[in-house]
Amino acid sequence: MAGDKATTTPTAHSLVVQGLSKNFGDIRALHEISFAVKPGEVVGFLGPNGAGKTTTMKILTGLLRADAGTAHIAGLDIRTHSREVRKKIGYLPENVPLYEDMLVLDYLHFIAEIRGVPRKERKSRIALVARQTDLTSVLARTIHELSKGYRQRLGLAQAILHEPDVIILDEPTTGLDPNQLREFRDVIKTIGREKTVLFSTHILQEITAVCNRLIIIHQGRLVADGTPEQLAASLDASASLEDIFRHYTADAGAIAEVEKETEVETEAEADQHPEVEHA
Amino acid sequence: MRNTGIIAKRELGAYFNSVVAYIVVILFLVSTGSLFWLSYFQQLNILSMRPYFDLAPMFLAFFAPAITMGLFSSERRSGTLDLLMTMPVSSFQIVAGKFVASTVLLSVVILMTLPYALTLSLLGELDWGAVLAGYIGLLLLGSAYCAIGVMTSSWTRDQVVAVLLSFFICFFLYLIQQLVGQPSGSTARIVEYLSTSYHFQNLARGVIDLRDIVYYLSLIGVSLTVATVSIGARK
Repeated sequence: MAGDKATTTPTAHSLVVQGLSKNFGDIRALHEISFAVKPGEVVGFLGPNGAGKTTTMKILTGLLRADAGTAHIAGLDIRTHSREVRKKIGYLPENVPLYEDMLVLDYLHFIAEIRGVPRKERKSRIALVARQTDLTSVLARTIHELSKGYRQRLGLAQAILHEPDVIILDEPTTGLDPNQLREFRDVIKTIGREKTVLFSTHILQEITAVCNRLIIIHQGRLVADGTPEQLAASLDASASLEDIFRHYTADAGAIAEVEKETEVETEAEADQHPEVEHA
Repeated sequence: MRNTGIIAKRELGAYFNSVVAYIVVILFLVSTGSLFWLSYFQQLNILSMRPYFDLAPMFLAFFAPAITMGLFSSERRSGTLDLLMTMPVSSFQIVAGKFVASTVLLSVVILMTLPYALTLSLLGELDWGAVLAGYIGLLLLGSAYCAIGVMTSSWTRDQVVAVLLSFFICFFLYLIQQLVGQPSGSTARIVEYLSTSYHFQNLARGVIDLRDIVYYLSLIGVSLTVATVSIGARK
């Protein structure tokens, strides 16, 4: 089950991850993660705390260097074409870091400039993205005045402003109320029709709502990769997302079993130890 | 170059949108202005900017770390630096942009004291050549202190640590000649070469020597290089 789909040429997919490994001292954060994503796929990146989700995302965005393995974004190697790769990705980090003292509009202008959005298109891009993320009413506000929901949306806006090929969102839905969640899903769905979206989450409902593919990592290893239906079918037809998640992230020993087993006898009781967040 | 400009523009906006720029302008002008005019009235027979050029370097060593301390440390703390690093800008462009912004602010403050010289020139014959050299010296010294401030800010998430380190380096380089007493031979030359005040004194006397300019430019170059490395070394 451990997906190794990265055998295709790097150009066929917008995001190809090959054998990514990363250690922090003695702690093995990532161990030979491989997967490939096509444009039009919205991938839910799932795993318990400390599984390596953020580490993977930081490597893809160039913030961390992998110990082994590499990734290609839009056909470009992240190790050798860092600058070009960064033009093609949009990234929303976990805690949504923003310049608190700036006006929302000024901030979006700054991002558009530094992202190299052509001068003529800046205004229209900002207006469009502000509409998409429902920020139009707060453009004249200072960022530190914004509520959590607006901050999250501004974080998303800066990630999609330059129409990147690959959008990487690290737990983008925390702190959103149900209405904002729905809007957020709509935006992701719209963008996800043409672009590649990789987003990590704890909230399983998010997966069914927006993702057409699921990647589960656990203790730095990729343990499952497929559509929610495929993964459910591999357990039993009636398995819920929660069952799938529990099954694959039960404990370290389970990984080896999962690889061998074709059928699951009983559902493993979820025993998630709160782990150290490496990143 | 373009990216450096974008970063510098944002930082300058941040200075002037907050109270930082105004506080620096007011405090610098009040402190140097009052001390300068006090000394002027004590020695009415001398028409020179020298008292100001003797005072200003100490104040620069105080203000430059204050305006640079947050440039990187606050961005590290909030995580905005991480986000910035995922954008198509190089570490050096970020460092250079922040250096330019702080230097522009400090230069504006320094140049706001030009009315002192204009006032003096109304009272009699003022040696404008010496004044010009002195201002060039102050601008170079201020830029070098800003570069040191940018460097220490790039080392830490903590603004207090950043400001203390740059205070220490700026004052150490300024006072190094007094600190080592009366050295001789090569030690004396090394101390002289390292001393920001030694190089500044030449300029304040009205002597524009290429060696002094090279000294300040290399101080800026070294500091910004160290900052670039420490920003990029996070991977």
